[in-house]
Amino acid sequence: MRVRAQIGKVLNLDKCIGCHTCSVTCKNVWTTREGVEYAWFNNVETKPGTGYPTDWENQKRWNGGWARSASGKLHPKQGSKWRILANIFANPAMPEIDDYYEPFDFDYDHLKSAPDMNAFPTARPRSKITGERMEKIEKGPNWEEILGGEFSKRSADYNFENVQKEIYGEYENTFMMYLPRLCEHCLNPTCSASCPSGAIYKREEDGIVLIDQEKCRGWRMCISGCPYKKVYYNWDTGKSEKCTFCYPRIESGQPTVCSETCVGRIRYLGVILYDADKIEAAASAERETDLYGAQLDVFLDPNDPEVIAAARRDGVPEDWIEAAKVSPVWKMAMDWKVAFPLHPEYRTLPMVWYIPPLSPIQNAAQAGQIAMSDQMPDVRSLRIPVKYLANMLTAGDEEPIVHALERMSAMRLYMRALSVDGVRDEAIAARVGMSGRVIEDMYKIMAIADYEDRFAIPTAHREQNEHGADIRGGCGFTDGNGCSTGEAGKTTLFGGKKKKFALPQETF
Amino acid sequence: MFGDFDINFVIFGVMPYVALTIFLVGSIVRYERDPFTWKSSSSQLLRRKQLIWGSILFHVGILTVFFGHLIGLFTPIWVLDAIGIPYALKQWMAVLIGGPAGIAALIGSTMLLHRRLVDPRIRVTSTVPDILIMVLIWLQLAIGLLTITQTLQHMDGSEMVRFMNWSQSVVSWNINAWVTVVDVHWLYKLHIFLGLIITALFPFTRLVHIWSGFAAPFRYLLTRPGYQIVRSRRHRPLEERRRAYDKVQAKRGPTATTPAE
Repeated sequence: MRVRAQIGKVLNLDKCIGCHTCSVTCKNVWTTREGVEYAWFNNVETKPGTGYPTDWENQKRWNGGWARSASGKLHPKQGSKWRILANIFANPAMPEIDDYYEPFDFDYDHLKSAPDMNAFPTARPRSKITGERMEKIEKGPNWEEILGGEFSKRSADYNFENVQKEIYGEYENTFMMYLPRLCEHCLNPTCSASCPSGAIYKREEDGIVLIDQEKCRGWRMCISGCPYKKVYYNWDTGKSEKCTFCYPRIESGQPTVCSETCVGRIRYLGVILYDADKIEAAASAERETDLYGAQLDVFLDPNDPEVIAAARRDGVPEDWIEAAKVSPVWKMAMDWKVAFPLHPEYRTLPMVWYIPPLSPIQNAAQAGQIAMSDQMPDVRSLRIPVKYLANMLTAGDEEPIVHALERMSAMRLYMRALSVDGVRDEAIAARVGMSGRVIEDMYKIMAIADYEDRFAIPTAHREQNEHGADIRGGCGFTDGNGCSTGEAGKTTLFGGKKKKFALPQETF
Repeated sequence: MFGDFDINFVIFGVMPYVALTIFLVGSIVRYERDPFTWKSSSSQLLRRKQLIWGSILFHVGILTVFFGHLIGLFTPIWVLDAIGIPYALKQWMAVLIGGPAGIAALIGSTMLLHRRLVDPRIRVTSTVPDILIMVLIWLQLAIGLLTITQTLQHMDGSEMVRFMNWSQSVVSWNINAWVTVVDVHWLYKLHIFLGLIITALFPFTRLVHIWSGFAAPFRYLLTRPGYQIVRSRRHRPLEERRRAYDKVQAKRGPTATTPAE
């Protein structure tokens, strides 16, 4: 057992209202610079839809994630190391900026500086790359907002696999949901595996996956390697960038910007202890439907004395162990089994999980005759097809999704009985294998979602991680080349001894 | 005092050392001081068109030519004699392998240069060094291919041996190296001159990615046993932490609840 800790995340899609506050605050903090105007470390997609970049989920096209060979070994789907190196001159599986969208801005100034004209002045779009006039905007971030565009295009959505999708094009049967997406900070990231320079790494202390901007050479294999298309090439600096999980905030115990500003209170952050020795076997599970369960097995129970002892032995700080015990992520993923990884079939073992949304009953006209089992609507008759959610969250296995949706609707039923009739109906809880007390806890965390219930983030132990004398006079957090002229604490070219760099690397 | 001054001495006697010094020292300084600027500057994201074919043709071609020059020029002549490779055969190999590779590289670089100058997205995001180095390399390839017309007139390899002598004299600090190439055809001279210019410009352009390109296979295949990289900022590696913890645990008294750090 090799215990490590990661700050995991859960997004409760049942409560996402698609307001894009997460995307906008993230953008304002991280990607308002030239070269990454098109990049959204966090974006919210309307599903069903092809998403951003278009068709990102289709790995037959982009070759993201891992492939399992007949012998049971994993290699990046875009090819093993030799194949990746052979593609270094031109990456065949890399999206073009038009697969995201050409960034643009409007000539706002024209509104006030236009001369006296017969027609009212307008602000027309202009490309942020070339500066040229764009006659027509053909694409943007979130181009399919609230089911924008025709169904024939949107229904190319990968999650419609094995779903009779035609009927969902009809007005009466249409459905939609929001899917906020960010870097998954995977346990088995393909971006880092694909990087020939070794610039992408996972942090041992908190599991955050980062790109070393000084080591990145712009070979751009990570972009095709990441199946979530969450690594972006900065066309200005020539380096790849990705969601940093707001690590400067996380290190000081604050939630990420997207989580902090989430209006719907759908985002949860908490510590998950995991066994690093089990990652490889879990990611290589033979059947894709086994991957969700295999990932659950990688997680370690923070209340198990054996796990606690092993965690202490491996250097997990005491407050991190305590935080793991109250982690909302643990509760939702492990205790209540209502949260799921996004596309486990990519074999990356993602660490940003999703609670599937409940939806209205499919056909209102049949409201009198909907399938009810013991007062509870059959979750299979909900408007969003269970198969669709299963394709998204469990590699097509419907059972866990049904189970989660039943628990969530039981929670509603139980709390309705409690607050309207004043009755604690243990029978409802028992039907979904829970107790009233657990359901009330679930309600407190998932429905009320107070700030302190959503975020249980221990601070980083800088006293363990850094030598104070080394960073004294340093330039702190820099974005890009802030320290290029005279980096404090590093080395000088002529004379001066090279300080020992406190970054031991281990590979597995 | 400049009565017997010869420009050939400056170009073929002095310039190689200047160019190589700038190339090496410049590369090291840039790698040390400004690693953030060390990159391939790929423009594939902005326009895929013409890049896939252009880049592959160019890179495969020019790498073949590069290694051809490296091996061809710096293999000591006595080695050739020892193995028994006739100079004429080597000359033919140079023309037959280098020629097609050079043509591939020229076609590729023409596609890339055209794309860089004509495509608005690539044009506007190109820097002056980007375009300059592309033009120089294109010229260098074209001149290099033109020298084949001269080479074909003396396929016994006599001229080739001169260039081998020159390059090997330069790297072995022979100050009279320049004399060997004084009376070769001007196309060869221009080719060498331009080559030295490109060498000197190397650290100031995107060409630095060549270093990384050569290093990448070693790093990726040899120094990285698996696929993943995990960085730890903790002072001690895992095994050491475990040992320290076990030592504390073995002592009498309350069990350690403080972290193993």
